[in-house]
Amino acid sequence: MMLGKHTDMIARPRPRSRKWFRGEGWTALFFLLPGLIGIVLFLVLPILASIVLSFTNWQLLGSARFVGISNYVRLITTDPQFWTVLRNTLFFTVEYLVLNIIISLGLATWISSLKIGQRWFRVIFFLPTFTPLIAVAMVWMLIFTSGGLFDSLMASLSVPLAGVLNDRTLAMQAVVLTSIWAGVGYNTVLFNAALDMVPATYLEAARIDGATAWDRFWKIRLPLISPTLFFGTVMTAITSLQVFDQIYVMTKGGPGSSTATLGYAIYQRGFQNFQMGYASAIAWVMFALIMALTALQFWFQRKWVHYDA
Amino acid sequence: MAKLTIRNAVKRYGALEVLHGISVAAQDGEFVVLVGPSGCGKSTLLRMIAGLESISDGEIEIGDRIVNDLEPNERDIAMVFQSYALYPHMTVRDNMAFSLKLARRSKQEIERKVDDAAAILDLAALLDRYPRQLSGGQRQRVAMGRAIVRNPAVFLFDEPLSNLDAKLRMQMRTEIKTLHQRLGTTMVYVTHDQMEAMTMADRIVVMRGGHIEQIGSPLEVYDAPANSFVAGFIGSPSMNFIDGTVVDGGGALELEVAHGPRWPLPDKARSYVGRSLRLGVRPEHIGISEQGVQSQVIIIEPTGSDTHLQLQTGQQSIVAAVRDRITVSPGQPIQLRYDAQKAHLFDPTSGNRLN
Repeated sequence: MMLGKHTDMIARPRPRSRKWFRGEGWTALFFLLPGLIGIVLFLVLPILASIVLSFTNWQLLGSARFVGISNYVRLITTDPQFWTVLRNTLFFTVEYLVLNIIISLGLATWISSLKIGQRWFRVIFFLPTFTPLIAVAMVWMLIFTSGGLFDSLMASLSVPLAGVLNDRTLAMQAVVLTSIWAGVGYNTVLFNAALDMVPATYLEAARIDGATAWDRFWKIRLPLISPTLFFGTVMTAITSLQVFDQIYVMTKGGPGSSTATLGYAIYQRGFQNFQMGYASAIAWVMFALIMALTALQFWFQRKWVHYDA
Repeated sequence: MAKLTIRNAVKRYGALEVLHGISVAAQDGEFVVLVGPSGCGKSTLLRMIAGLESISDGEIEIGDRIVNDLEPNERDIAMVFQSYALYPHMTVRDNMAFSLKLARRSKQEIERKVDDAAAILDLAALLDRYPRQLSGGQRQRVAMGRAIVRNPAVFLFDEPLSNLDAKLRMQMRTEIKTLHQRLGTTMVYVTHDQMEAMTMADRIVVMRGGHIEQIGSPLEVYDAPANSFVAGFIGSPSMNFIDGTVVDGGGALELEVAHGPRWPLPDKARSYVGRSLRLGVRPEHIGISEQGVQSQVIIIEPTGSDTHLQLQTGQQSIVAAVRDRITVSPGQPIQLRYDAQKAHLFDPTSGNRLN
């Protein structure tokens, strides 16, 4: 009784949705519509479709049949390639991520220490970022191909290193190198901007406190740019788990399966073998992997990211 | 503790010279305030002492060492910045301990020094907080704590109170002065606020355009400003300046002002009869009387303790600071008198003091 009495005293708000869709709400929806249609048609529906597809054996032609979780079961238990592909993907991600962050941070620090030409170097290092990755990969493929520029360079230096794209170990390194060349510029510009935004007074205070250049970098600048560093790391990890273009152009996953990654496996199963259901299942495994890794990074960030700057 | 001597210090940025040979010395334990309008070079001079700016020419000596080529941390100074510059990712304790850790002092020593400084500045309860969790005044105190733990020979303050509200600024002024009395360390303090300079300094250095205009104790600078710039800069409200020609009005000396009433002059102006002169009168030396210089009330600003009157005499705006409670209204004509013995006389061309 008491409760009822009290609730009566509180003015009942009208249901929000009904009120919202009067007047202004409809106008807003009308203006949102062009974007909304695009998102629903090309993002939401395909995502939903791929979930559904991953539980079928759809082969592009013919009708799909619901097969439950058997695609996933097959992937994990019987597919001879899956674990190799997963290992390749993680290997690529770890190596590329570590090298990318170290190199871009190094370049960013170097650029921010320059007295002149900062803007030029930023542009130069950013150039590969707006060059199509396919084109970049083709050029590097031609460099690394047997008898290509790389081979003749190695020969002239008397280094016994040739045909790296045909080498089971080195092919992946060639892919990583290409990816670094193409991807380092974005993080360089990102980190450089963050470094330049660290207020000079912190560094001056640190100089008075007796911090060497090395101390100032590790103890002041790096912690202060840690949010940007974290953002760069997460984004780079996500894109590297999805790696496809370089591998498609340079190695086609080979030699053997030595450079086949999840992204390439999706393409192979879906568009070469027309196993759309199976490819969708791999795509969702990739999604889960990205989510898990990103969640892990978010968990770890509490230990090293400072948002107080 | 140490003496600080600056000899003929010059600062150039390329071809642009911003400090033109500054010479000033702070005695051991002295509180010296560098004051001047923005762009006068006071902060640059402080940063040169700190080692954050190179010295283009001249010498800076701390204790008995010439520090021109020493790194900031080798100069035995500590600096408090306008923005406090507390490392945002470190707790108060870590901020204060940072320099000691870099100097590889023992854990016990660091802890003891930080605790001592925290006790002096009443920071003990805040040691585990981050700068973002502190108020402006607390941050200011931490910045001072960070300076204290280093036990420097010279403290440098770069406009440390300008980010605080008026009430807190007054409180911190007292705290810094108390700290100075307690530590007895040489302090160099930069501000654009003449009130801070007056209240805190043992000696004031008034700067303008990269030159020193005057060095002296607060009262010296106030009572006998070297030129009309210093006279106008020190004191609030500012000194009134009236330009005119000295005439002998039948025994009494007067200043004849274009398009305005004449102002009586003291006898010391007698040697300037027939010449032009700039009369300087502090607002508190002007009062209302039955007869005197004719003027009109424009604005009345009661501050509580006294009342500031914005007045118009001829074409000249004058400010008077009156102690007594008065009832006047805007537009009302009144007569002014002033204490001619306290008048300041300046050369209108050079601005230099004449009496």
